[in-house]
This record gives sequence, C-alpha cells and structure tokens, in this order.
Amino acid sequence: MRSHPGRHVTFVIGLVITLALVATAAVSLVYTPRDPLEMSIAGRLQGPTLAYPLGTDQFGRDLLSRVMRGAITSILVGVIAVGIGMLVGVVFGMLSGYFGGWLDEGFMRLVDAVQGFPAILSALLLAAVFRPTLTISMIAIGVAFLPVFARLTRASFLEFRDRDFVVAARALGAGDGAVIGRHIMPNTLPPLIVQATISFPVAILAEAGLSYLGLGTQPPNPSWGLMLREAQAFLGLNPWYAIFPGGAIAVTVLGLNLLGDGLRDLLDPKTMA
Amino acid sequence: MQRYVVRRIAALAATLVFVSLLVFAVVRVLPGDPALIILGLEANPDSVARVRQELGLDRPMPVQYAQWVGRALRGDLGRSIQYDLPVSTLILTRLTVTLPLTLLAAGLMIGAAIPLGVFAATRHRRWGDYLTMTLSQLGVAVPGFWAGLLLILFFSVHLGWVQAGGFDGWGQGVWPALRSLLMPAAALGLFQFAVLARTTRSAVLEVLREEYVKTARAKGLAERRVLFRHALRNALIPIVTVAGVQLGQLLAGSIILESVFYLPGLGRLTLAAISARDLPVVQGVVLFVASMIVMVNAAVDILYGLLDPRIRYG
Repeated sequence: MRSHPGRHVTFVIGLVITLALVATAAVSLVYTPRDPLEMSIAGRLQGPTLAYPLGTDQFGRDLLSRVMRGAITSILVGVIAVGIGMLVGVVFGMLSGYFGGWLDEGFMRLVDAVQGFPAILSALLLAAVFRPTLTISMIAIGVAFLPVFARLTRASFLEFRDRDFVVAARALGAGDGAVIGRHIMPNTLPPLIVQATISFPVAILAEAGLSYLGLGTQPPNPSWGLMLREAQAFLGLNPWYAIFPGGAIAVTVLGLNLLGDGLRDLLDPKTMA
Repeated sequence: MQRYVVRRIAALAATLVFVSLLVFAVVRVLPGDPALIILGLEANPDSVARVRQELGLDRPMPVQYAQWVGRALRGDLGRSIQYDLPVSTLILTRLTVTLPLTLLAAGLMIGAAIPLGVFAATRHRRWGDYLTMTLSQLGVAVPGFWAGLLLILFFSVHLGWVQAGGFDGWGQGVWPALRSLLMPAAALGLFQFAVLARTTRSAVLEVLREEYVKTARAKGLAERRVLFRHALRNALIPIVTVAGVQLGQLLAGSIILESVFYLPGLGRLTLAAISARDLPVVQGVVLFVASMIVMVNAAVDILYGLLDPRIRYG
C-alpha cells in the first residue's frame, strides 16, 4: 500500500520549503524590497530593523534583498551542475555498460580517477588556470557528480542489456542506437531521477563552499556563500550578517533533502518498512 | 584471494595514471599558457621564453607528461615560484596541520556517529530514534564552514573562551595545538558525522532483522551481548566502507575549514598560490590530494573484499 503524498510529513515539509525557495527566487527576479546592489555608507552593518528586516552588509546593502537574489544563484548552480554531471555520467555509464570489455574497464578506471576530484579540488585547479568564476564552480561541481551517475547508468545497462525484450528488439533488426535509446534508456531513468534530487542540495552546499573560498560567484553579485565570506570580517560588529545567509543555505538544503527522502519513500515501496 | 588483491592494485595503478593525466590535461592541454598564467598577460616575450624553457614547456606534450610523472613518482613535484622551495617540502610542512585536522575530524565523527546510530537503531520508531534522525538531518543541511563561523561567533566573539582561529604549531606542545584544531575539526566532521550516523542506524537495523540475531536472542543471550557481539560486528562492514570513503571527503573539506579558522594547512597554501599565480604549487597539491583520495578509496575497496568474501568472488 502506498501512503498518500499529502500525508507523508517529510515529503510535505520538503515540498513546502522547496516551493518557498523557488517562489523567492522567482519573485526576486521582478521584485526585491531594495536594489540588492545599492550601497549606503551611512547604513552599514546594521542589525535587523523595520526598514532592513535582515540588516545590512559592510556597504549598507539590504541583506534581505541580497539573500532573496542569492536563491537564484543557488538554483541555477544546482540545475546546471547536476545537469553536467548527469549528462556526461550517463554517456560514460551507457557506453561502459552496453559495450563492456576494455572500453568498460577503461571508462571505469577514469571514473575512479574522477572520484579523486571533489568539487573543491577541481575548482582549485581550474581557478588557478582560468581565474575563478561562477562557470568554473559549476563545472567543478558537475564533474564531482559524474562518477555516481556513470555507475548508476552502467549498472542499469548491465541489468537490461541481455533481457528478452532487448534481445528481441535486436533480433528484429534494431541497431545499437535504437536499442540503447528506445529500449534500455527509458528503464534507467527512475534511479537517475532519484539521484538527481539527492544531488541537487549537495550541489547547493558545494557552490556555497566554493563561493565562500572566493572560487565561485564573484562580487558584487549576491551568493549565500560569498556573503558568508564577507560577513566573517565583521562577526563582532554585526553577527546577523553571518547568520541569515547561512540559515538560508541550511533551510534550503534541509527542504530539498526532505523532499528527496519523501520522494524516494513514495516512489519505492521497498523502503517502506 | 591473492588474485583479488593483485587485480585491485593493478586497477589502482591505472586509476592513478588517469588522475595524473587529468591534472596534466587541465594545466597543459586546455587553452592557456602556464608561462603566461605565471607571469601575467603583460609579460615581455623574453621572460616568457625563459620560463617556458625552465618549465620544459618547449618540448612535445608526451615528453613533458612523462618527465612530469617520472619526477612526481620520485617525490619531485616542481618548485614553488612564490617561495622558491620544492613543492613537496611545502606540502609536507603544511600536512602537519591538514592531516591532524582531518584525522581529528574523523575521530570525532566516528566516535559520535557509531554510538548514536546504534542508539537510534535500538530505539527504532521511538523518540530516541526520531531525535537522532532529526539531528542528522540538520547535520547534513548545515554547511561545515557556516558551522565553523557559528562556533567562532559563539565561543570566541560571544563568550571569549577561545581565540577565533590560527595555529601556533606543534612546538608549543601537543595539547595547545590539538585545542586549536578542535573547533575546526568539529565543524569539518559535522556533515560526515550525520551521514555516518544514518548509515550506522540502517546497517544495524538491517542486521537486527537477521535470523542469527533471532537465534542469539532465542538462546537467551542478554540484549547488550546480542547487540555488540552479533549485530554490530556484522553491521560494521558497510559502516567501515562509508567511513573510509569519508576520509577522502574530510581531507578535501579541510581546505574550506582551514580558511574559516586561518589554519596554515594545504588549503590555505593552495588558495594563496592561486592568488600568487604559483601554478606548480596548485598542480602539486591537487595531484597529491586526488591521489590520496583515490588510494584511500582503493584501500577501503580491498579491505571490503577481505572482510566479505561475497564481494571478492562476486
């Protein structure tokens, strides 16, 4: 028996937080209480007030507006980084699992090697060669996701490539492309979708970390990690400056994790004990 | 048995070749001239030519790769432009901070996560379980560097108990050094702690459903003995695997925490090297850390095979 999604507490809380995140990002495209880039030297490093509900930063910019705009960066990086990892990983896993042999062996060793490069390490190397940018952080995070997507896809292909329906399709004259694209690929999608939802909050955490180090989003653009980097110098003067952007990250990641856990429970009856 | 280990080591060697190729590719093959990166775009052509010759950039690509790997295997990772010291010396010096930080974080993580995970499993679907799982949800959601900032805010800025960071080295004694690593290690281990607690809980829960646990209970063994002798022992295999893989993650994560707490480790060395265009240092550190992570992962894999024959012959 499957429980009704509306009664699954984890799922509902996760969904509400995630919708709030998306709504915040969408609203901030057309409206923020103040211009997130507008400076005011007189109103620097204020705590929360009526005029500035989350206070201001070292240039007197409105933190609420900046935290709102930061949601866009997080969503953008999450989607693009997971997209990169998934796309490249699926291609690797597909070729590995379908063709097997030396190709498989080679690709899998390459995937093992890529596993040695967490996002932070690739970002350091790429930033040293090209200068740090948001694009580089997205690529670095995406590369870090490659192994898990490659392994998942490979496992599915190994499972399905000798099944009757695949053998039948081949016997009817379907080429490799058609067998992969039309017959095996659709079966590999459910675990990939679950993995993508799990990876999304991880990507947001990674972006925040890279921006904190100065390897991601560059000033004056708002990013939660970058705000924390700037806030650290003023911990004694305005502690709220370090609390709100970090809170935004934590709540977002919590919401996405709960949503992912809920989805997995609802989609996979096996985990329902 | 022996064949399994030999096969895994051969795979590790192949993986390490790929690691070195990836680092080399990013630095050398991707567009961008290391000499220009080091000297800046406005450098005069003579010095560019000199640096290119010093770095061996005027030779064919495969020759450069072979020379670079050959030297790296002998422990020669090149020379820092900024410090004019061998990169390997710099790495070894900074490791005296990064490695203890990583190991301390791992110790805290394992010491807290395993008992908590076992506790949650024995209180399955009761308040103790829910409380532990809520804690671990929070641990997974809070970024480590923010946890570090909050610790500084509370213990240093608010209470004034400890200094907000910095590291005076091991010369002052082991205890003061460890004390300045304690907050960073706690923040570093938080995420992995939460993951490991969840892993432990589900591994123990799974084992507790096994027939041999029922048999042990039916024999009339005390619950404590059933739990530690029969259940936890078998649950340890997945726990050790996850913990092993986490070691590599902690090593990478220490790069961020060193920045939060101003610790002179590998991470700060590399970040400073990026600002100073000290490419050999960045290249050396990345090669070193990536190789360490790959080797730890392979060691865990081999250990897993030794512990569980089903993997070895599967």
